Amino acid sequence: MAETKAPAARPLSPHLQIYRPMLTMMMSIVHRITGFGLYFGTLILAWWLLAAGSGPNGYAKFEWFAGSIIGRLILFGYTWALIHHMLGGIRHLIWDTGRGFGPSEREWLAAANLIGSIAITVLLWIVGLLAMGGSR
Amino acid sequence: MSDTPAKHIRTPLARVLGRGAARSGTEHFWRQRLTAVANIPLTIAVVTIIVMLLGRNQAAVAQILGSPLVAVVMLLFILSIIAHMRIGMQVIIEDYVHDDFAKLALIMANTFFCIAVGLASAYGIFKLSFGV
Repeated sequence: MAETKAPAARPLSPHLQIYRPMLTMMMSIVHRITGFGLYFGTLILAWWLLAAGSGPNGYAKFEWFAGSIIGRLILFGYTWALIHHMLGGIRHLIWDTGRGFGPSEREWLAAANLIGSIAITVLLWIVGLLAMGGSR
Repeated sequence: MSDTPAKHIRTPLARVLGRGAARSGTEHFWRQRLTAVANIPLTIAVVTIIVMLLGRNQAAVAQILGSPLVAVVMLLFILSIIAHMRIGMQVIIEDYVHDDFAKLALIMANTFFCIAVGLASAYGIFKLSFGV
């Protein structure tokens, strides 16, 4: 066995590009992406808590960020990611009991996850903006 | 006929313990579910607290966040989400980073990030509660 042959061109296991996008698959990917986003979003939570304890000036800086257009977009996205990941987590916990794997059940759960997360996020922001006395 | 113990490399103890090469068994799996269950009521509580604090000035926010019940809920939330996200990010790293050095470095960085953000958040709550 002096010479080593080049490895045979064996087929690779199929990856994302070979599949037709499906709702359940997209929800699985989005679950991971939202978790990834929430991870770094904890920096905003830490900033908010430290700002609240640092006095009026420090808190004003946070409020400026949270009230800016970029800040609002980030916080809106963060709200949606949080709710979506939470509902997705509930879906996973249902699966952990062995339920919800049927063809219609899993489609229904995926749709409920997406529609529920958007509905709850919009509702929370309406309540939130009303609590703040409208957009200021 | 049947598989005799001699055919297995693994010791009977290893098979009974059901742990793989990682030596950590199902600990991450279980802890991820434990914190996931805890995260649900804690997230609902924290989102409610945040909505109630919207539009209030710093003094009011500081007072409410530092009050015992709210502070304890916030601390529980931070503890649970940090433990949850540390495992979650480790899974992502293990799935996509295959170079051993980069993988270990990122897993380390993941732990450092989680502990730093968790402690900073907890420090914020303690400061509001005790006024230090």
